[in-house]
Amino acid sequence: MNEVAITAQNLRKTYRRGSEEICAVNDISLDIEKGEYVSFIGPSGSGKTTLINILGCLDNPSSGKLSVARKTVFGNGKPLSEKELTVIRRELFGYIFQKFYLIPTLTVLENVLLPRTFYKKPSANENVSELLNMLGIEKRKHHLPGQLSGGEMQRVAVARALINKPEILLADEPTGNLDSARSQEIGKLLNELNQKESLTVILVTHNPELAKTADRIIELRDGKIFS
Amino acid sequence: MISLYKVSYKNLLRKKTRSILTIIGIALSAWVLASLMGFNQGYEAALNRDIDNMGFQVTLMAKGCPYEAATLMLKGGTGLRYLKQSVADSVLSEEEVEKITPMLMQAVFDPNKGESGGMSAYLGVDPATFPSMKTFLEFKQGKWFTDSKAFEAVMGYEAAELEQREVGDKLLIPEKDIELTVVGVLKRTGTQDDGTIFLPISAVQKIFGKEGEITSVGIKVKKEANIAKFEERLYNIPDVQVVSLAQVKQTIMNLVSTAKVMVFSIAVIAILIAMVGVINTILMSVFERFQEIGILKSIGAMPADIFKLIWMETLILCFFGGVTGSAMAFGLSKLTEVLIRKLLPYAPTGSLVQLDAKLVITTLIAVLIIGLVSGIYPAWRAASVRPLESIRSEAN
Repeated sequence: MNEVAITAQNLRKTYRRGSEEICAVNDISLDIEKGEYVSFIGPSGSGKTTLINILGCLDNPSSGKLSVARKTVFGNGKPLSEKELTVIRRELFGYIFQKFYLIPTLTVLENVLLPRTFYKKPSANENVSELLNMLGIEKRKHHLPGQLSGGEMQRVAVARALINKPEILLADEPTGNLDSARSQEIGKLLNELNQKESLTVILVTHNPELAKTADRIIELRDGKIFS
Repeated sequence: MISLYKVSYKNLLRKKTRSILTIIGIALSAWVLASLMGFNQGYEAALNRDIDNMGFQVTLMAKGCPYEAATLMLKGGTGLRYLKQSVADSVLSEEEVEKITPMLMQAVFDPNKGESGGMSAYLGVDPATFPSMKTFLEFKQGKWFTDSKAFEAVMGYEAAELEQREVGDKLLIPEKDIELTVVGVLKRTGTQDDGTIFLPISAVQKIFGKEGEITSVGIKVKKEANIAKFEERLYNIPDVQVVSLAQVKQTIMNLVSTAKVMVFSIAVIAILIAMVGVINTILMSVFERFQEIGILKSIGAMPADIFKLIWMETLILCFFGGVTGSAMAFGLSKLTEVLIRKLLPYAPTGSLVQLDAKLVITTLIAVLIIGLVSGIYPAWRAASVRPLESIRSEAN
């Protein structure tokens, strides 16, 4: 059996909206293996973003247990502080989002190196050019984000997510702002990263074509795993 | 690797106009602050210099308003009262006195002075005692009077420039139709002496019909003498006003303290406005970058890193503002001096605003402290942003 990257047991996340209690994630249990490429699909409000936020240690669950890289993150009785969550996040995760959130006044290279301003993982790759080459943005490294296409900007965001060599890459609607040709490029890239770098990839998308690039597709409805 | 400073600095370039306006606001308050501190050290130094350059520590004059007496003593004046010359002789017999010099000030209206005429002041001095009490006076041309009764004049540097006179030239006293011969022109001293025309006291007495009268007596006291005790005895002389330099300085400093409070209030207001400007700029920047700050936290920034990042932005603004303001204080010190002189009841000659490296460093430190304090709230707000909140706002 392969090593498990993430184990979730009976995860539950509820919110209060006035007197009404909303259950965004309802008793979800799953395992994601190391090097696996999993995509979560489902309609809006199905709880996929809430789930990926919990799996990515951006949010605490209301109840349940979560282990990442064999470390129990949630389920020890008390929620983790923002500082504790940051330590886990920067050690284990890389994130890409629908909006690229590149700093407009920093060059491509500076944007990619930005996470290292705050933290440098000892095992992180020293050769930044290699990473930029792999993502096809080496020649654009001295350009500002405003001079790039949407696909290139998302590639820069991917490079930024990978600069500290994470174990798990979380991609939340990474093609939401891209046309279909650029979406396919990003899908191909995620697949390559998973295959060649053995990176665990967790993808949330509305795009069924993109979801199909994953090893496993999990469909969510009303906060539960539907299939 | 990209430094936190570079990230902060480049963040400020996003809204250049806003950053520049904030820097201007800080620069203006730094200018006011530096000028105020420069004034604080410059004014007292200028006053002390003026007083030291008088050559005597105590002046006797006819009884009257002490403020008028102080002004008369330092600037010359026209509302004159007279003492008998015998008063000077009686003072000379006091044991504390090292030297005395009697003086007679007279002024006449000169219709040819300036565009619409002006007052010309003539100070009658005793050739035997005055030069030895004012040893710092140096001649550009010529020397003191040839005779104690001669109709001769020694002109201060500015008076000679204004009248365009050199040694050997004639100088007419308006109204009196008397010609004097210029025998000396003094070098610039930076004091009221520069604008004075000196004559032998007996000549002034004769020209103006004031024989046996004087307007003041300058007294140089022996080093070991008890000035306070000596002054007490001088008060016993009837109809005499004793003005000691310590009193003059205190009186003037009292008058100036009001102006200082005004300038200080302006500085405080300027600093408060700058602080509010900085807080507003940085806070707006934090709100505009709400999502981005959340993302920075998701890519590994600790709350302390974000706090430092935002604080750094504040410090950069304040540093550039402080440097610009200090440069303005240097560059515009003449303008500052003109403005301050308008506020003051009495301004000594020489530079009123003294700026030096120590003062610039003090201003920069003060502005940086203001920046540190102003940056606390915006930095804390930014450090408190949770990445999840920003991601949720992205979803919205």
